[in-house]
Amino acid sequence: MTTTIQTLEPAERPLQIMSSRLEGELLEVSMGPQHPSTHGVFRMNVALDGEIVRKLKPVFGYLHRNHEKIGESTSYLGSMPYTDRLDYFCSMTNNWAYALSVEKLADIEVPERAEYLRIILAELTRLQNHASLLGFLLSDMGAWGTPLMYAFREREKILDLFESLSGSRMMCDYMRFGGCRVDASADWLAQAKKIVERFPKFLDEFEKLIVENEILIARTQHVGKLSAELAISAGITGPMLRACGVNYDIRKVDGYGIYPRFKFRIPLGEHGDTYDRLMMRALEMRESIAILKQAFEQIPAGPVMNPKVKIRAFRPPVGEAYGRIEAPKGELGFYLISDGSPNPYRYRVRPPSFINLTILEDLCLGHTVADVMVILGSVDIVMGEVDR
Amino acid sequence: MSDIDEGLRSELQRQGIWVTSMQELYNWGRKNSIWPLQFGLACCAIEMIATAASRYDIARFGGEVFRPSPRQADLMIVAGTVTKKMAPQIVRLYNQMPDPKYVISMGACAISGGPFKQGYNVLKGIDRYIPVDVYIPGCPPRPEALLHAFMELQRKIDEQKLTGASKAAHLDRTHPSEFPVPAFGTHDLEPAANADVFRPMKIQRTQ
Repeated sequence: MTTTIQTLEPAERPLQIMSSRLEGELLEVSMGPQHPSTHGVFRMNVALDGEIVRKLKPVFGYLHRNHEKIGESTSYLGSMPYTDRLDYFCSMTNNWAYALSVEKLADIEVPERAEYLRIILAELTRLQNHASLLGFLLSDMGAWGTPLMYAFREREKILDLFESLSGSRMMCDYMRFGGCRVDASADWLAQAKKIVERFPKFLDEFEKLIVENEILIARTQHVGKLSAELAISAGITGPMLRACGVNYDIRKVDGYGIYPRFKFRIPLGEHGDTYDRLMMRALEMRESIAILKQAFEQIPAGPVMNPKVKIRAFRPPVGEAYGRIEAPKGELGFYLISDGSPNPYRYRVRPPSFINLTILEDLCLGHTVADVMVILGSVDIVMGEVDR
Repeated sequence: MSDIDEGLRSELQRQGIWVTSMQELYNWGRKNSIWPLQFGLACCAIEMIATAASRYDIARFGGEVFRPSPRQADLMIVAGTVTKKMAPQIVRLYNQMPDPKYVISMGACAISGGPFKQGYNVLKGIDRYIPVDVYIPGCPPRPEALLHAFMELQRKIDEQKLTGASKAAHLDRTHPSEFPVPAFGTHDLEPAANADVFRPMKIQRTQ
């Protein structure tokens, strides 16, 4: 699909054996919304000079399903299932971010066991999100099938845990303001522990596949470099920011929930290129496993729901609150303004993948069109969250 | 579905002779090599990938060859919420697919708008613009549900006739294989539905 043709500056014009009329002209290509590796219905208008990207314009809105508007006309509890569908890989962390905001708004306390369960589920979510991201990324690079199959094999095990706890594989709708919906049995915890203990085996196998792979290194190192200055000024968060060497993790900065009780390290990158972003996910999974192991040892008995909270006829006091967590993709926040009615007056989502996507052009300029797919994959977007 | 006498067939098979009809052979080949379009919209697309991945493995039914180009695809799995911005592209993709082509409407959103039905930008069902063969309810449907829909589609293909008055629609020259692409009007997509395709159930109200 070609449309506009522009000319380059004469100095940039490459000397090639071509007819003089075509020489140095830019070709505008529309990639998406149906494209095998655009990660959903995302569209990029790319201006190409041969294979080199000279301009890139993202086009959003193909999955805009009015999340925030529906949130304003739905009760506080009614928005919880909608948050599952924001970032549909990580419904548990979405639930937590929303529950955290409402808890801040209405000043609700959460029982100890529920806090532990939340951390266990959030870290399991991080494991399956990062595992499937690596699978998708490698399949974008041309390793069609194999890495994705390994990643999904592990993901299915974690989804089984989610299903036996909440009743749904993907759309868990598990957390409530003031705790969690149901308690996890001892069997469930034992099963989860078993899966977590076996997970490093998969990581070893997977890292062997990626770390020293020559093709992968050629495709990712020095590709899509992001400087720490640009990342900070553009508001990039999550593994993408840490890949540039900026030590910023909301689990450490805010210490929400009971994260300060856990010992874990924050992996940091050095170059901010695609390889660092990729390795960041692999290293973060190891730290998640460390958190999970501590949580399984420490989890106390007790209630999982604050009995004072009436979640059905819920009316928070007038006020506003912003709750944020470190979701697998970055800072996920919910901004709620309450006017005392059963619905929020304003309901705003701060989606990590949308804001991480804003610098896509800076990352892609000067690279080939094949690298665009790899860079986009390493940003880790989910369109449900980008367009909302 | 064959027109061959079953008794005769089993008698011949006992003698080592395998009998079939052109139609049976043709449909057998078609139903076991359905190539879906590699095309996901939202949450259901992840379950579609899970269906194609290691545990559920749609390859057991001959549907693992996901084609990125509509020109090579037989089946469109509309997996996810169809927004008004996306609907024209979906109809265009459907028009670009060669006949015979089939559509599975996966999930509540693709059937009717699902949980996002009240949204101003959500299309209330893709069957307003293109004909749908199999609907799968669920939000999102489990991979098993997609496999079930796939098997239902295989059954449907197996029953299609090559000749006669009730022959398959794609063999009928008068049957349309492309549908008008909706465009943005002043308020909404225009037309709001394709009357040739969209035949909603009439609700009978008792007084």
